[in-house]
Amino acid sequence: MTSANLLYTDVEDDLRASVRDLLSTHCDPTDVLATRESGQPYFLELWRKLAVELGVAGLHVPERQGGQGGTLRETAVIAEELGRSVAPVPFLGSTVLCTSALLGVPGSAAATLLERLAAGTATGALVAPLTSGPAGEFPTAIRVSADGGLHGTVSSVVDAAVADTLIVPALGAAGPELYAVPASAATITPSTALDLTRGIAEIALSGASGEQLATGAAAAEALNTALRTGAAILASEQLGIAQWCLDETVRYVSQRHQFGRPIGSFQALKHRLADLWLEIISARAVARYAADRIGADAEDASIAVATAQSYCAEVAVHAAEECIQLHGGIGMTWEHPAHLFLKRAKSDQLALGRPGEHRRTLSELVDLPTC
Amino acid sequence: MTKQSDTEITAEQLREHVATLLAEHDPARTDRLDFLRARFDAGLAWVHFPVGLGGLDAPRALQSVVDSELARAGAPDNQPRKIGIGLGMAAPTILAFGTEEHKARFLRPLWTGEEVWCQLFSEPGAGSDLASLATRAVRDGSDWIVNGQKVWTSSAHTASWAIIVLRTDPDVPKHEGMSYFVLDMTAPGVEVRPLRQITGEAEFNEVFLTDVRIPDSQRLGEIGQGWQVARTTLMNERVAIGGGALPREGGMIGRLAEQWRNNPELRAPDLHDRLMRLWVSAEATRLVGERLRQQLAAGVPGPEGSGAKLAFATLNQAISGLEVELMGEQGLHYSDWTMRRPETVDFFGKDAGYRYLRAKGNSIEGGTSEVLRNVIAERVLGLPSEPRVDKDIPWKDLPR
Ligand SMILES: Cc1cc2nc3c(=O)[nH]c(=O)nc-3n(C[C@H](O)[C@H](O)[C@H](O)COP(=O)(O)OP(=O)(O)OC[C@H]3O[C@@H](n4cnc5c(N)ncnc54)[C@H](O)[C@@H]3O)c2cc1C
Repeated sequence: MTSANLLYTDVEDDLRASVRDLLSTHCDPTDVLATRESGQPYFLELWRKLAVELGVAGLHVPERQGGQGGTLRETAVIAEELGRSVAPVPFLGSTVLCTSALLGVPGSAAATLLERLAAGTATGALVAPLTSGPAGEFPTAIRVSADGGLHGTVSSVVDAAVADTLIVPALGAAGPELYAVPASAATITPSTALDLTRGIAEIALSGASGEQLATGAAAAEALNTALRTGAAILASEQLGIAQWCLDETVRYVSQRHQFGRPIGSFQALKHRLADLWLEIISARAVARYAADRIGADAEDASIAVATAQSYCAEVAVHAAEECIQLHGGIGMTWEHPAHLFLKRAKSDQLALGRPGEHRRTLSELVDLPTC
Repeated sequence: MTKQSDTEITAEQLREHVATLLAEHDPARTDRLDFLRARFDAGLAWVHFPVGLGGLDAPRALQSVVDSELARAGAPDNQPRKIGIGLGMAAPTILAFGTEEHKARFLRPLWTGEEVWCQLFSEPGAGSDLASLATRAVRDGSDWIVNGQKVWTSSAHTASWAIIVLRTDPDVPKHEGMSYFVLDMTAPGVEVRPLRQITGEAEFNEVFLTDVRIPDSQRLGEIGQGWQVARTTLMNERVAIGGGALPREGGMIGRLAEQWRNNPELRAPDLHDRLMRLWVSAEATRLVGERLRQQLAAGVPGPEGSGAKLAFATLNQAISGLEVELMGEQGLHYSDWTMRRPETVDFFGKDAGYRYLRAKGNSIEGGTSEVLRNVIAERVLGLPSEPRVDKDIPWKDLPR
């Protein structure tokens, strides 16, 4: 029997309401659209309000570690809302990936950094390509030289352009290590990304020295926890993206007339939207389950995460593609925000492990091996 | 999370009721039917039903407490698979629209399985458009005289009672001229003929009705209110078909997974990818069902219900199709085409080919998948309805 609560608690509903309120004033998709080529792609004032005033940055960090003492279920609700407005804030890179990496790491260096991230006074980036999934090997792109300096280049690092602290998985002489490096000690070159609302950058380290956070199995475990938690929370973001696309499309086809009737009265479109709705309620169930299970550190957490990523990644892409198609020509224009969601959804599909990679992981977890 | 008022019974109190029942009627030494009747009279049949009608006005979610306690004690059950139509459709309709006499007369033998029920709705000319049905009932004193034909009637061959919708007024638009009755299947003029299905078996039947008399006292709801009553039945049907708590890998996916595990020689990379996609979809559908139950338990039913049956049909067809392919050469074989008239639908006791064929009915029975998509689009998403040409025309003038 499933013991996870798949509904939203009152606390979660309240949290959603206050985040949605803030986003509707400061982050309407048209505002996001208008600033895409401004050279200031991140909404840092909005992020400050979210991270510091609403406490989003440390929501699932225990109070004794400087956070709000909430759960990952609540963080997942935030992800849904941020997905729903494709908010350009470093939530995934800093709040989800970096805090999750540090949560289980012992020692004062990690504790101090975690506290600052949770308070929203520091912003972090995890130095691994955004495509890294929880099933991958420990990365070898950054190496620790004999004098302790860090060397190497990593591309596609999410939210790095606005980070002040880098968390760097690096290969030392004795195996995996984890470092904190000030962003100023690295060369950070923003890339032109497919996703217009979430930045990626290349990070080059040539001898920078960092503060060692963990070594050996603990370092590998920290990275794995970050990627696994990220994959779980990303499922809720994908749900939020899909929900916006469905809502917006239903609104549009109900009002747009062709052939003397609303196009939404044509059964060909109704059936596509009904199928999409069914995918979205399924995505909601699996995303809630994953957030609950991973937050509770449950036995089947890995199964729940792999299921959620495998499912939700594709639902978000499908929803965004339907959104464009059912809007016709207007859906193809730069001035309509639908493409922001398509670009986010398609990039998210590659993020933190492709759906197929998650299915492979899953097949091992549930004993359905390949040939 | 379940919102409980002060007067509502608790799980602990229910366990005490169960203990009393078991103490007074030891299942090991009590006749099966006597035990079931005693369970009904103790209010432990369907706990959400009213007191005196097999229930205790308890929250529906607590039924599982009773069921598991009784299963643990080795008590007999009412073989729900044989009486699904009675439990899932006739009972809620009788409860909502029946008189006190109807409830007292029908619910107990329905629940114990002494009386099997069937659903005489569909007709050769009226399937998805059920409201266009043509079987006529003409008033004659305190009776109605019925003539016409019903079709696709599951369990008509085992049923002693039927719920039936009839045309009582052909001169008004179709939705307004129907009335809803219960029919004695042994009444003179009721003839049941098997209809063989693509599986080789005959689960369903055609039912011919020739000058059958139904007393007006067997009407549920007002004259002309048949459509509203029928909608209650149909809503419950979709919940009954799509519902049911399952463990992970419960249902057809479990069978497919088992074949995969037990037969390494059958595995192939393309099949593996499809298997894993279906496993994920099955898990998602299971969790949607779980979420729906949690919403019901919290007293906030969600629109997920209309989706569960659609998902279930699509999934069952895809899984059983893959299972036939996975079986390789054995997939070319079929256990047995002998014509039978089964009492229950048994998906699992047979081979993959049977499951593949039987699952084809999942997207037709209880509202086709196309019709369910219409329902979701219009009632859940609020999309504009199609132009309707038949709404205001008297039934007798409709093109057919
Ligand atoms: C195994 C099985 C058991 C059954 N048991 C019972 C029973 O016990 N009692 C009972 O009363 N009935 C029973 N039925 C009947 C079932 O409810 C009907 O078959 C069903 O409602 C479809 O009606 P139809 O067969 O007349 O098909 P039609 O309604 O003629 O449909 C034919 C096709 O047209 C499509 N279609 C129809 N209208 C629309 C529309 N508006 N938009 C888009 N597509 C449309 C349908 O989806 C379908 O694909 C059973 C059916 C099966 C297969």
